[in-house]
Amino acid sequence: MLDIKDIEKLATLARIKLTDEEKKSLLKEIDPILGYVAQLKEVSGKISDVRNAGEHRNITRSDEKANESGTYTKELVAEMPESEGNYLKVEKIL
Amino acid sequence: MNIDLKNLTITKAHSSFIKGEYTAMDLASAYLEEIKKKDGEVHAYLEVFSDVLDQAKKADEVIKSGKAGLLTGIPISIKDNILIKGRKASAGSKILENYTATYDAIVIEKLKKEGVVFLGRTNMDEFAMGGSTENSAYGPTKNPIDIERVPGGSSGGAVASVASNEALVALGSDTGGSIRQPASFCGLVGLKTTYGMVSRYGLMAMGSSLDQIGPIARTVEDVEILFNAIKGNDLKDATSLKNTDMKNNSDSKKTKKKVGVPYDFLNIDGIDKDVRDSFNESVEKLKKLGHEIVKIELPNLKYSLAVYYVIVPAEVSSNMARYDGMRFGERVSGENGIEDYFLSREKGLGKEVKRRIILGTYVLSAGYYDAYYNKANLVRELIRDDYKKAFEEVDVIITPTAPNVAFKIGEKVNDPLQMYLEDIFTVPINLAGVPAISVPSGFKTIDGKKMPIGLQFIANHSCEEVLFEISKNFLCE
Repeated sequence: MLDIKDIEKLATLARIKLTDEEKKSLLKEIDPILGYVAQLKEVSGKISDVRNAGEHRNITRSDEKANESGTYTKELVAEMPESEGNYLKVEKIL
Repeated sequence: MNIDLKNLTITKAHSSFIKGEYTAMDLASAYLEEIKKKDGEVHAYLEVFSDVLDQAKKADEVIKSGKAGLLTGIPISIKDNILIKGRKASAGSKILENYTATYDAIVIEKLKKEGVVFLGRTNMDEFAMGGSTENSAYGPTKNPIDIERVPGGSSGGAVASVASNEALVALGSDTGGSIRQPASFCGLVGLKTTYGMVSRYGLMAMGSSLDQIGPIARTVEDVEILFNAIKGNDLKDATSLKNTDMKNNSDSKKTKKKVGVPYDFLNIDGIDKDVRDSFNESVEKLKKLGHEIVKIELPNLKYSLAVYYVIVPAEVSSNMARYDGMRFGERVSGENGIEDYFLSREKGLGKEVKRRIILGTYVLSAGYYDAYYNKANLVRELIRDDYKKAFEEVDVIITPTAPNVAFKIGEKVNDPLQMYLEDIFTVPINLAGVPAISVPSGFKTIDGKKMPIGLQFIANHSCEEVLFEISKNFLCE
């Protein structure tokens, strides 16, 4: 069972501000979902080792043929909420 | 110009273009006219592009020059989470309300080469999280068959656009049933492709290990044409299948198939009686067509939803981290940089998105990771193994697409767990990465409206061809 403090902690970790109302309703909704997924605890079993096409695996490529610097700059800067020249502008951090 | 949009297919339109019966401009105008008439009520589109006729004009030039392919001039709608360079893409979210895509998704690049006409971007549950399109930040889409009901989701706008003749065909995305379930609710054909078959580059990620782009249309043939146009290996998608893995290993010459029915899995609670009856009729129909019905067991499928609702929130909480108001999208300024995150995400993200982020953060947090996330991945492997064993015996597996027909708008919106349970038959397919197609198989009459029921065919990895063959046979196409 979660309590309001847990929801607050998770929201902080996830960088989301929640109203008191939202915290309460999230608590009410998340508990039954966690109750439902708890059935996974009862499963045990073996997995055969042969894997086929749908398997997830990393596919790597050599780090070359990068695009030329500046190719996408104009479009990307245009999408920034705030910018100065070709730089992204954010609030002071330190 | 009077074009019979209701019975139109890609090949019919193509042949009319070639014969000069009408032009791509005429056809595009006919769809724009339908959109004008109906979309105020249906709300399939978030935006109808202003240059539709210009695109059609270009297609007509290609047709005149004799170089037209099957898809040249074909009007298509695109789900709002697939990027088209220079056009808005919001994924149904406020945080991307004014976001303009800076590059083309690979599927779009391919369709542009074919010379299709993009009609507009379609409504969806925010970032594809939902099964009814009610989670869109821009208001719900209505089911064109009964506007008091949902079209399904999350590709509800995509499916509604085709069902209401506001587009000939559509592209959607499917993470746990988001193409097949709405196709079933609106009486259309929808395909979830093999994981890795279609590039995800340029598709906004929701559950990266499950997401796939796929086609929606009136006929299996149209779905097949679009599938062949968008599939293929892509270096920009790290989970793209190698061309050698994309080969269909099944015996496609075999016209009579072995069809597996997982009867134990079909006995779960919550399946509507009419859906069950319709399913049994479909089994009889397949028998009459000469296919062999075999009882199979998929013992771990009953855990699918539990696995899905651990893995999806986990992947969501990571994927949604990029929507922080910093580099693109909506920024709400606070006292400092950290507060900018909190405020931008508070204002820009909707309820279901926040719910899944919080849930995902929980299942991935120290102390719970093993119990939830690792366990879910283990059970996912067991589910994959269930299919693997089944496909050693049968060519194709069938289930209903959804346990119920389209429900009323607002009926399930306050009970997320109930909403999740609607995905019981579609979710296991994404967990296993196999392909599946939903085709219309019957109706249930409620309130004087004939609400469609869908049948789902499932095949082994890379065996989409088997799905096309048997579903064409089933629909007598």
